[in-house]
Amino acid sequence: MSELALTLVRLAFLALLWGFVLATVLVLRRDIRQPADATSSGKSEKKSKGRQPKPPKPPKISRKQKVRGNRLVVIDGPLVGTVVALDGKQITLGRAPDSTIIIDDDYASSRHARIYESEGSWVVEDLGSTNGTWIDRSRITTPTVLPVGAPLRIGRSTLQIQN
Amino acid sequence: MSNRRNVELVLLVFAWILGILGTLQVGWSTGEGTPPRLWITTAAVALIALVMHLVVRFRATYADPIMLPVGTLLTIFGLIMIYRLDVADARRAELNDAPIPTPDVYSQLTWFAIAGILFCGVLILLRDHRRLQRYTFTFGLLGLLLMVLPLAPVIGTTVNGATLWIRVGTFSFQPAEIAKILLTIFFAGYLVKTRDSLALVRTKVLGVGLPRAKDLGPIVIAWAISLGVLVFQRDLGTSLLFFGLFVSMLYIATQRRSWLFIGFFLFLGGAYFAYSTFGHVQARVTVWIDPWTYADTSGYQIVQSIYGLANGGILGAGLGQGFPNLVPFASTDFIISALGEELGITGIFAILLLYGILIERGLRTAITCRDGFGQLLAAGLSITFALQVFVIVGGVTGLVPLTGLTTPFLSYGGSSLIANWVILALLLRISDRSRRPDLSKVSPDDAMTQVVPRMKQS
Repeated sequence: MSELALTLVRLAFLALLWGFVLATVLVLRRDIRQPADATSSGKSEKKSKGRQPKPPKPPKISRKQKVRGNRLVVIDGPLVGTVVALDGKQITLGRAPDSTIIIDDDYASSRHARIYESEGSWVVEDLGSTNGTWIDRSRITTPTVLPVGAPLRIGRSTLQIQN
Repeated sequence: MSNRRNVELVLLVFAWILGILGTLQVGWSTGEGTPPRLWITTAAVALIALVMHLVVRFRATYADPIMLPVGTLLTIFGLIMIYRLDVADARRAELNDAPIPTPDVYSQLTWFAIAGILFCGVLILLRDHRRLQRYTFTFGLLGLLLMVLPLAPVIGTTVNGATLWIRVGTFSFQPAEIAKILLTIFFAGYLVKTRDSLALVRTKVLGVGLPRAKDLGPIVIAWAISLGVLVFQRDLGTSLLFFGLFVSMLYIATQRRSWLFIGFFLFLGGAYFAYSTFGHVQARVTVWIDPWTYADTSGYQIVQSIYGLANGGILGAGLGQGFPNLVPFASTDFIISALGEELGITGIFAILLLYGILIERGLRTAITCRDGFGQLLAAGLSITFALQVFVIVGGVTGLVPLTGLTTPFLSYGGSSLIANWVILALLLRISDRSRRPDLSKVSPDDAMTQVVPRMKQS
């Protein structure tokens, strides 16, 4: 092989190597630009887009809110110590990976329960779970108001609303 | 909904073509002509890559499309360079009338096949990475056992001063490579449970929030393990890798900068202790500060490596036209300088960029992952890549003292290749779960919810 041909092959090889790098970068770019296409953040973005028409709630720091509690704390179970701020959005509990609090527990159902705001207090509703949702020692059958400090039991976990 | 699997296939074909071109270039410029068995080896590579792609396509459909092609390209580059060094070794043997050494490239190809099988095995058997969390302490124990295995009397072997190998018959293996994965799983599982007490409970000392003494336990143990590796196995690289991995994972888990400070000071202490106690560490540092004084003795390797890189220049000597075989251990520790000589700084930067992309994809997987364990695991695994590339590339270019670590995917050696492909499979598994578009259609767990046996109500 002549020197010239070898030089050409050498340069072509480097150019192709950079071509590969550029191709991966282009793929990356599409991933970053259109996260809704594939990534999970995209999913939540889509959701939030759906909510956008509603005007965002002004943050109200009223006495009312202080009374009904502003955070959900896991006080027992595998996730003990986890704190979730209660900011008016619905909170889902369960083993499903898209739950707000993923309870990794064999005794919890995938979509176990949800907690939502209603008329200034927090209401917990069982979503047809296998082992039930318990407030203190009673199993709830209908959406029930969850008072501050009451132990909410799901599987092996206990949660509590705190101020 | 596109899941980017076709993009992945195109990139894989691209990598494969680059591999053929590179091999041909080596053959042409060394005057060997078209390499013998070219079609068989390239067909083997294509088959391995295709099987891996199909397994990803059907078992990790939504996984990241970039990591598999980048890993494959790096492995192919390693194969090209190992083949190229085989040719050089055969030449030299011919000149000296010595028997021609067995080419390394075929054994590396075999290791690639085994790595591919394990890669597929991980993706097929492990449907959900959170399953690994259940065996946190089992993995931790196994990892520790594997770490100390080379010290065992019969099977442990010392190669070039480092007791890192086990040898059974003709088969030798570096268990630390596998231990690296197991200990990362252990640390992810352990930290996800304890991170709150590590992060929240602190006492103020001189204005810096420091964790309580009893919470310092894990980092002290990690520190002791890495020092132990250094003392008993005399391997600087592995000990650095473990310590760096532990400190970064603690930092990621707790988001407290104080761990970085503590880690840094422990590192300084450990480094000072190692420097003042061990001759081999001292020798490394001396050579690092001034390799040229020892150009004919202990600095020979690094000086030859720098000469090689200089010979490569901007565009490189061209595959098959440099003298990378002048550097001892060119196919293992110094494969980056061999590639640097023949592909130039242009090629090296492309390779480093590919590592950067791989690590970025890993960290991004960690960010998008929805469970704490997966996040920490993905971050930890990506960090092992990053640390290894930094330590070895820094070492061969003279930026940091040279330590014997393998270059991920590139280096000749079965244990390292297997470990890196298993890491890639784990990253793809986590990535698949975090990128799944519609989770409501996917059963969140294979296991059924267990029913609590009915108890008497009091």
